Amino acid sequence: MAKQTQQQQRTGLLQGTLDMLILRTLLYGAAHGHQIGKHIQRTTNDFLQMQHGSLYPALHRLEERGWVVSKWEVAPDRNREFKYYRLTEKGRKQLLVEESQWKQMSEAVARVMWPAAEES
Amino acid sequence: MRWWQIRKRDADLARELQSDLELEEEEQRERGLSAEEARYAARRAFGNTTLIREQTRATWSWSWLESLAADLKYGLRGMRRNAGSTVFAILIVGLGIGGASTVFSVVNALLLRPLPFRDPGQLVWISNGETYSTQAEQYSDLRDQNRSFSDLAGWSGAYSAGDKELTGNGEPERLTSVPVTQNFFTLLGVEPLIGRSFTKEESEGKYSAPPAMLLSYSFWRRRFASDPNVVGQKLTLNSQPVMVVGVLPASFDFASVFAPGTSIDIFIPWPLTDNTKPAGNTMQIVGRLKPGATIQSAQAEFTILAKQLELQHSERNPVFPRLVPLEKHVSGQVRPALVVLMCAVGVVMLIVCANLSHLQMARMGTRQKEMAMRAALGAGRFRLLRQVLTESVTLSCCGAALGLLLAVAGTRGLAHLHAFNLPLLESVRVDGNTLAFTLLAAVASGVLFGLAPALQVPAYKLREGLQAAGRESSGSRHGWFRDGLVVSQFALAGMLLVGAALLIQSFLRVLDVNLGFQPERAAALRIDPGFLIPTLAQQNSYVDDVLRRARSIPGIAAAGISDVLPLDGDRSWQVSAEGQVYDKNHHPEAFIRVASDGYFEALGIPLKSGREFTESDRASTEPVVMVNETFARTLWPGQDAVGKRVTQDGGRRVIGVVGDVHHGGPERMGGLEMYLPMRQTGDYAAMRLVVRTALPPEALAAGIRTSLRPIDPNLPVTEFQTLQGLVDKVVSPRRFLVMLLSGFAGFALLLASLGIYALISYSVNQRTREIGIRMALGATRGLVRRGVLTKTLRLALAGVALGTLGSFALSKWIESLLFGATHHTSRQNGFSPRSSSSHASARSTVRSSGYTLKYCFSGPTFPLRPSLKRGLA
Repeated sequence: MAKQTQQQQRTGLLQGTLDMLILRTLLYGAAHGHQIGKHIQRTTNDFLQMQHGSLYPALHRLEERGWVVSKWEVAPDRNREFKYYRLTEKGRKQLLVEESQWKQMSEAVARVMWPAAEES
Repeated sequence: MRWWQIRKRDADLARELQSDLELEEEEQRERGLSAEEARYAARRAFGNTTLIREQTRATWSWSWLESLAADLKYGLRGMRRNAGSTVFAILIVGLGIGGASTVFSVVNALLLRPLPFRDPGQLVWISNGETYSTQAEQYSDLRDQNRSFSDLAGWSGAYSAGDKELTGNGEPERLTSVPVTQNFFTLLGVEPLIGRSFTKEESEGKYSAPPAMLLSYSFWRRRFASDPNVVGQKLTLNSQPVMVVGVLPASFDFASVFAPGTSIDIFIPWPLTDNTKPAGNTMQIVGRLKPGATIQSAQAEFTILAKQLELQHSERNPVFPRLVPLEKHVSGQVRPALVVLMCAVGVVMLIVCANLSHLQMARMGTRQKEMAMRAALGAGRFRLLRQVLTESVTLSCCGAALGLLLAVAGTRGLAHLHAFNLPLLESVRVDGNTLAFTLLAAVASGVLFGLAPALQVPAYKLREGLQAAGRESSGSRHGWFRDGLVVSQFALAGMLLVGAALLIQSFLRVLDVNLGFQPERAAALRIDPGFLIPTLAQQNSYVDDVLRRARSIPGIAAAGISDVLPLDGDRSWQVSAEGQVYDKNHHPEAFIRVASDGYFEALGIPLKSGREFTESDRASTEPVVMVNETFARTLWPGQDAVGKRVTQDGGRRVIGVVGDVHHGGPERMGGLEMYLPMRQTGDYAAMRLVVRTALPPEALAAGIRTSLRPIDPNLPVTEFQTLQGLVDKVVSPRRFLVMLLSGFAGFALLLASLGIYALISYSVNQRTREIGIRMALGATRGLVRRGVLTKTLRLALAGVALGTLGSFALSKWIESLLFGATHHTSRQNGFSPRSSSSHASARSTVRSSGYTLKYCFSGPTFPLRPSLKRGLA
């Protein structure tokens, strides 16, 4: 029961920001779905467990909007083709927009939550 | 992305997921798990791949179309599996929608579609009082002096069917011509298809000898095979050459708008300057409002204008202008009947939906397991709801396709019913509006009857659904809903039945009305001589000749000549008894008929006192006249009219009183009637031979023609009318309503019975096991049957009770369409109209409730047999 609640919290957190996280991850270069998921999971020390049910719809949504493009390419280490996603110029701009929105949002939340911090 | 790329993209997605899944598996293996463990771990990490694919696809822009296609495919497959019930459902929807679309096309043509004129909303019908037409002089002054209308135009209401004889161009033929003012077509915005409209000069000639004519499209096609060269030719009308100046377009159907049930062949100019034009109220006026003018302001102006005109010209007939939008004038009389029909169709559609809802719910019950499985595999509520609705809408659309075919057939049939004098009936057809309506009806009914079963879906709990698969677990929960459906079907069908019964009853009463003459075995033929008759003496020898020859034909019991037939013609005169003075606004007005001896016998009009015209009432003898009873009662109340004198036509002595004839149709009382002897006057427009025969009238036509040929070789062979046909035409709008409404009511009753049958057979099937146990424990077959019957009866009774209540309200509402309480029964029985008509409706209500009950008794015994056997096995 407790685990379920935790998971719900995480996905709830993810829903609005998943797009941003994916775009940010792709800033390093092209990656396929599995890599993106793993990267986010690793970077957050497994706090954000990647739900495949959200990841793939998100990737396709980003592609539909023209923020990423995809291409089947052979992975250098596996000798097999994977579907690699790459950031577009439009996606780069979108990332900046989302980043600044996120910053404003978290600062606003922080000011309410920890008012003392501002005084110091 | 385009929708046709979806397949390719889907394969791509599958490949992407597969490759990522394999990668995960490899990584797990590299971490040291066995191959099998690695596969499971990878799958666990990934979750439900089918669901991921579905969710991903949902982000694609055309995905809804694809899932719709999938649902559609699945729905169609399901329909094929249950072919029996599918055909049944499609048939029900098809019949319902077919009826609805047909009625809608009638409503569309009569009420919704604009009249086939330019800016029809600006056109106004200007009558004199309720129904009369206006004197031509008054029309001219109104036209010149008003400021509300950009123009007024008119046509002569005094035209009579077949008044022009076309000769010298193939078979001689009688044509119906309508005299119109010069600006008539311009005002309506009707452009001739070929040629031109009348010029000013052509409209200033003589009334009796028009120099030009326009052909109607149908006449042009029939007589001249659409030959454009006929324009510019001269044809011989009534022995005078008349130039064809143009042909009117097919879209202009004068008769269907202004004179339903008749056919008009040609139009001639009406010279208003000519003093020989027919005197009296003959002008039917149409006006086109100026932009910005309203009908209220125009009405106010005309009321004042008419008062002024009456002061200036006291010698003219007074005019009481009454302005109505032309559209309302044309369709106003049929509007209530159409509204009733539309409501009936709505009720039928509701019953159809209730019925199918029922059917679908029963099917849903058996698909519980499937639905539970779908939910277990990750389908959301909304997704399942959408699927069920897609299936029901598919079903209703298939039904609508069938319905559309029926509607096309139905409208074709209706458009060719020339016997019905309903306006614009010829233009009834399936058009864009009807298609849109049909589609709307299909989707709406699909959603409506799919909604109940669809909402039932989420009620299936996973475990419950999988375990109790096949058995009805939600029966009690939805039992009341099913019962409600059956009860409401019965209530609605009951109301329709009562409505139909009431209308049938009044239709029969209309047919029962004593018209004042006997239409059976009476027939009429136009016999106007093709040559001119200069003197009264020559005319009388023609009359003598015709009557002698006609009476010598075997099978003819009586023969007479008249200028108009009953139910037709409305020439009227102000009449006065000698030595009496009447108030100008309440002057007695009588219909004028010119008749020869033998006319009353041929039509079966009874002589009440005095004597009839004889052969010896001639130009040289004393001027005489015959009147009807109302005439006698009005002019000489309480006295014997025979021997009294009227001042009209140089003064005439009343020699006989005959019974009243219902002049305006069975539903209206006739007025005053005055008969002038044909041998003493030349003032009539037509000669019609009326015969009474012992043989069927059709068999006589040839005999009459051959025996009259020697007198006039040019006698046209068309138009042999039976009087019964005339009567049928007059009652045809009512017949139309009754026909359609009883059809709907019968269909509704059938559906309601099917509904209760389905319900009972379904519930007995559900309870097979229970019934079997009961019988094993000693319950008799009779006891079980009684239980089932009690339930059936309870439902039917509840429905009939509700329907009865509803039909009391209904009978109040359709009272305006009912006939019978006003004239006869009420007068004879001393009932007030209202009480007697509600009395009638109560009787019909009870009677049709009885029918309804009888139906449901016969229904539910069938399902008992097979199910009982199975229950015991």
